[in-house]
Amino acid sequence: MNQSAAVQALILTGFGINCEEEMAAAYRLAGAEATIVHLNQVLHGQVSIHDYDILNFPGGFSFGDDLGSGVVLAKKLRYRQTPGGFTLLDDLREFISRGKFVLGICNGFQVLVKLGLLPNLGGNFEPEVTLTHNVSGRYEDRWVRLKVNANNRSPFLQGLDSFEVPVRHGEGRLLIPDEATRQRILDQNLNCLTYCDATGCEVTQYPHNPNGADLNCAGLTDTTGQVFGLMPHPEAFLSLYNHPDWARRKRVNKELSEEGDGLKLFRNIVKHVASLPHRSASSASLESVETPLR
Amino acid sequence: METHLYSIQLLPKPGIHDGDGQRVAEAAQRHLGLRTGRVQSTAVYSVRYPLTAQQLQDFAEQCLQDPVLHEVALNEFRRDPQFQSYILVAKGPGVTDDEGTSAQNALGDFLNQPLDTRTQHIFSKRLFLLEENLPPTDLRRLAEELLGNKLISRFEVGPADQIRDFTPRPGTSVDNTTHTIDLNVSDEALVQLSKDNLYALNLAEMQAVRAYYQLPETQQERQASGLPAEPTDCELEIIAQTWSEHCKHKEFSALINYRDAETGEEYQVDSLFKTYIKDATAEVDRQLRANGNDWLIKVFSDNAGAVRINDESLFVWKVETHNSPSAIDPYGGAITGILGNNRDPLATGIGGARLLFNTNVLCFGNPDYDGPLLTNQLHPRRIFEGVRKGIEDGGNKSGVPTVNGSIVFDDRYAGKPLVYCGTGAVMPMQLAGLDSWEKKIDDGDRIIMAGGRVGKDGIHGATFSSIELDESSPATAVQIGSPITQKLAMDFLILATRRGLIKCSTDNGAGGLSSSVGELAGISGGAVVDLEKVPLKYPGLRPWEIFVSESQERFTLVVEPGKLAEVLALGQEMEVELTDIGYFTADGYLDVRFAGAPVAQLNMHFLHEGVPRKIMEAEWQKPAAQEPKVEIRQNGVETHICVSPSNDPAANRSATSFDEETQICVSTTDVLFRLLGSLNICSRESVIRQYDHEVKGRTIIKPLMGATGQAPQDAAVVRFNFESWEGVAVSNGIQPRFGDLDAYHMSAGAFDEAVRQIIAVGGKLPNLTPGDNIFWSVNDNFCVPDSDFHPVTNPDGKQKLAKLVHMCQALRDATAAYCIPLTSGKDSMKNDFKADGVKISVPPTVLYSMTAKIEDVRRTVTSDFKQAGDVVYLLGRTYDELGGSEFYQLYKELGANVPQVRFAEAKELYTLIGQANDQQLIQSCHDLSDGGLAVALAEATFGDGLGAKIELTGELPLSAQLFSESHSRFVATVAPEDVVAFEQILGDKATRLGVVTNDNFLLVGHQGQLVIEADTEELRQIWTNGPVNQTIGFGEHVMGEGK
Repeated sequence: MNQSAAVQALILTGFGINCEEEMAAAYRLAGAEATIVHLNQVLHGQVSIHDYDILNFPGGFSFGDDLGSGVVLAKKLRYRQTPGGFTLLDDLREFISRGKFVLGICNGFQVLVKLGLLPNLGGNFEPEVTLTHNVSGRYEDRWVRLKVNANNRSPFLQGLDSFEVPVRHGEGRLLIPDEATRQRILDQNLNCLTYCDATGCEVTQYPHNPNGADLNCAGLTDTTGQVFGLMPHPEAFLSLYNHPDWARRKRVNKELSEEGDGLKLFRNIVKHVASLPHRSASSASLESVETPLR
Repeated sequence: METHLYSIQLLPKPGIHDGDGQRVAEAAQRHLGLRTGRVQSTAVYSVRYPLTAQQLQDFAEQCLQDPVLHEVALNEFRRDPQFQSYILVAKGPGVTDDEGTSAQNALGDFLNQPLDTRTQHIFSKRLFLLEENLPPTDLRRLAEELLGNKLISRFEVGPADQIRDFTPRPGTSVDNTTHTIDLNVSDEALVQLSKDNLYALNLAEMQAVRAYYQLPETQQERQASGLPAEPTDCELEIIAQTWSEHCKHKEFSALINYRDAETGEEYQVDSLFKTYIKDATAEVDRQLRANGNDWLIKVFSDNAGAVRINDESLFVWKVETHNSPSAIDPYGGAITGILGNNRDPLATGIGGARLLFNTNVLCFGNPDYDGPLLTNQLHPRRIFEGVRKGIEDGGNKSGVPTVNGSIVFDDRYAGKPLVYCGTGAVMPMQLAGLDSWEKKIDDGDRIIMAGGRVGKDGIHGATFSSIELDESSPATAVQIGSPITQKLAMDFLILATRRGLIKCSTDNGAGGLSSSVGELAGISGGAVVDLEKVPLKYPGLRPWEIFVSESQERFTLVVEPGKLAEVLALGQEMEVELTDIGYFTADGYLDVRFAGAPVAQLNMHFLHEGVPRKIMEAEWQKPAAQEPKVEIRQNGVETHICVSPSNDPAANRSATSFDEETQICVSTTDVLFRLLGSLNICSRESVIRQYDHEVKGRTIIKPLMGATGQAPQDAAVVRFNFESWEGVAVSNGIQPRFGDLDAYHMSAGAFDEAVRQIIAVGGKLPNLTPGDNIFWSVNDNFCVPDSDFHPVTNPDGKQKLAKLVHMCQALRDATAAYCIPLTSGKDSMKNDFKADGVKISVPPTVLYSMTAKIEDVRRTVTSDFKQAGDVVYLLGRTYDELGGSEFYQLYKELGANVPQVRFAEAKELYTLIGQANDQQLIQSCHDLSDGGLAVALAEATFGDGLGAKIELTGELPLSAQLFSESHSRFVATVAPEDVVAFEQILGDKATRLGVVTNDNFLLVGHQGQLVIEADTEELRQIWTNGPVNQTIGFGEHVMGEGK
């Protein structure tokens, strides 16, 4: 693949994942090529993640979240072996070591945390924190504003100060088991997104923070900045018309952009990947890859 | 102790907030008055699978335990000594256990072995430990009322040092026998036979069955096929299911003798469905086509109706009810209602539509009811919460946004609630080169069952929902949905249809295989099924049970023999179980076998056409009604409304308390506050926020909007995809209150309500211009009490049936007036709950669920005021129509002047509003319904900190101007610079009321007096803290100990 070729985003689906279409739309609107594949196509060796620049775990209810959100999918990635005798976790290590990017949103974030990809302070892909039931004990759909940690490590968040997004989850509360872990997350600026009010000031109270998360945390990166996960849904705010207050804002400001805040994250990563000097690892076999669930 | 039965218990680690336990303790105190002390909630997994001790430990610690949250106990029930009693909640044998299945899935991955996840090896349970030493009766009550449902759960309770376990055992008895049943008995015995076996067939129908078996040709055929002369159990079950009211709509097809008792007028209605619905839509279709609008593709002939969006896509729309199951198991009833309704558009035509959104409309008794309950009657609050949770899981876990809905409260829904589930979907016009909406089947095509396995759940659902509920209603009629199983099947179906592998499909809902295969066989002309091949959840089902079981998440697929291998391979790849269970024929018989031996053979013509026509009696007697006396009085600065009782016996309908004084005087501002805090008007936010209403990223108008996220909207608007701005508006019209005065006007009003909500958001009526291509697609759903007259058991049946006739007549008139077609619908005829000699019947209810194409979703209009200085208008005319109003309801009055729809006036107004929207002249638009103008004005301020200054100048009494619920009206705002253009279009249909202000005050003047003066923040508070949000509660952070 030559360097002018489009940035390739791989989006996993199947087994209860359900936000794959808007995720694909986000990448396409940002100028990338998006391919949706069933997880089994990857597990059965029909699709290789290494053919892509960005691997995406969308939101949904993988395996119904019956054992806790994201747990069963995380275990599948850790233990289930491909025909070649590798697990997908092995593949992910390799993928990250090649300098590529992983994004998990909502259920995808839960998977990355339970798989040990986030925050991965120890570098050995073991779970270090968890995401569990909101303090309210209930699932909620509401809009929040997030403040971006100015020292964050993710190219997704470059140039952003704060943005609005919907949250739609019942298990979005980050729980950090000990003070040492908490401090290391803070010291390394892995706590990349926090809940804030309309003016961009951090607020821990409900409903600004909808779940009671430790560190008021809405999203994490790993220490490389290549792995990024968040509870809210930027892929659900691609256009102005997703916002609950779009009609009033448009009335007040006729020049308002029709793009949603969430699209900025995808534009950022696509631009970043496209600008990488040695983006040559992708194979040339993309044309043969099927996009079954588009 | 059986071999290979291990248990894994997960307990919250010390210091970890146990929210689940805390909520149980709080609910026990709040709802049951039981002091439990601290409650600890633990998860238990019983594993019936050979594992070494090390494997068990590793599996528990690495797959089930979250090291941050849990401690693990193996093969013991660990507890802190402070806990004195326990409740173990297990699932009954054969009940869907998704959590156990997921654990099994993880075990298979962990062992890296293929593990058959459809045979249950792991059983999930909850073990609750309670600080107080409660007696077993209290523990059992807590278990049955808060933690499970005795129909599907198994409870063990007692002191915590004597914990008993329960693990379902697979059935071992295998009984494949088929029995014959003797129909050559007396009429009384026939009727008793029907009742005992839950056939729900009446005497005439049983006699018709008997006559079929006595025919010489039937006897010859049976002899030739090796079947006994007497019917088999399976055959009678098939006939009962096929002829059930649920499947055959016998009452909507009946011949009705109608009589008006006052005028003496008499006439016959030759099928309500044909006369008022099907023929009316055919006439609409004729008018549409004459005008170049040929978007009506499929009506009344498949699982869902279909209309054309554009050259590439169809919109598919279906709304159904799931009332009876929701009455006895609210959670299971609602979740299977949602998932079952999802399968209708999924399996329309060839199948494989993509689900776009869900809606739900719910009717409950008052959740604050504090009177006695009848045997097996669940408390309305429990039904409400269970149904709400079922909708949450059914929609959210399927990834389908719940974009619109409504909740109606009336004490007459306390026996049977109404649970309406709607689903919109998009399907390509062509699938692999074929018209997607067609169902074609040829002799020799294979019958493939896809999705879940078959168990005893849901046996007799179709016949059960066709009778009234009573104390003895069967537990087997309850099913539990598994959204994840269905999601897998749905993903498979979408892919398989795109590849051209599926010839057509249908869902397995009511009646199971009997219904799905029986109906599809009508296309080819017959079918052969071998029940031995049907995969079961557990052994022990008899052949007839396999055939009629309503186990969920199943589709029946039609596959050409040459494509079978490819279909099966794809199913394996996507982990969806597919089984070839037989083939279609053209020989005119439904032929069912078990391991090759005949079990049933029925003539298709007899099966589908043999049911005797029902003849019913309707007689109309106008109920007495009168208006209460309403006076307006000035008391210093405040305006008061005083109401004197009408002495109408029908007025004292509600059980809630009220001021006994003969005359009640309340200030007009207080009336508004009381209306906003009333059960049928107050905010539903606590419910709405627990539904995902924006997954898929396409919801443009959500249920609540504005800067506050709290302004209620009229119709929802959803765009179809990310490539165009085309979309669909979705609305619901339901107004059972008005039916107490006049069923015709209730039905017409509900229809108009749904239309005007779509007009409010910027939708346009269809067929106004040639080839405008604006589709409308409407589902009608009638839910009525038993309307079949019987002098003893149903003495007012004729009156109820007359109301149904009137409701249908209004439907026909509305359809014709607006040129809006019905595309599908459903009727539910026996919404009564009988127990302890008491019958609770729902009020006659009809829901119109409407969808209409929106050409550009960016030009839609929301309900909330946008900017100070915008001019406020009332669109449409108010009449003195307080009858049945929420205002009268505050005074326990019904009144007499029911709101009427004036179709011609309404259509003219809606057309003009469309013209104003074409020029983008309207900044906000909110339809007027419950609570009238005053409530609509208040709600329009809820989006932001805005107010309004209003002056009422109409001639009507002030009470009517403020609170009349006259139809076809809106509150709209217009930017000052657009006022001239706007008034030019609307003319005298728009009345200028005032202006939007910056000062968050709602001020309404009338004849020099300020009649409403209210802080809009306070109005919103009252509305938000109303009884619904109080019942469901808000999601505040309530941190427990240890945080």
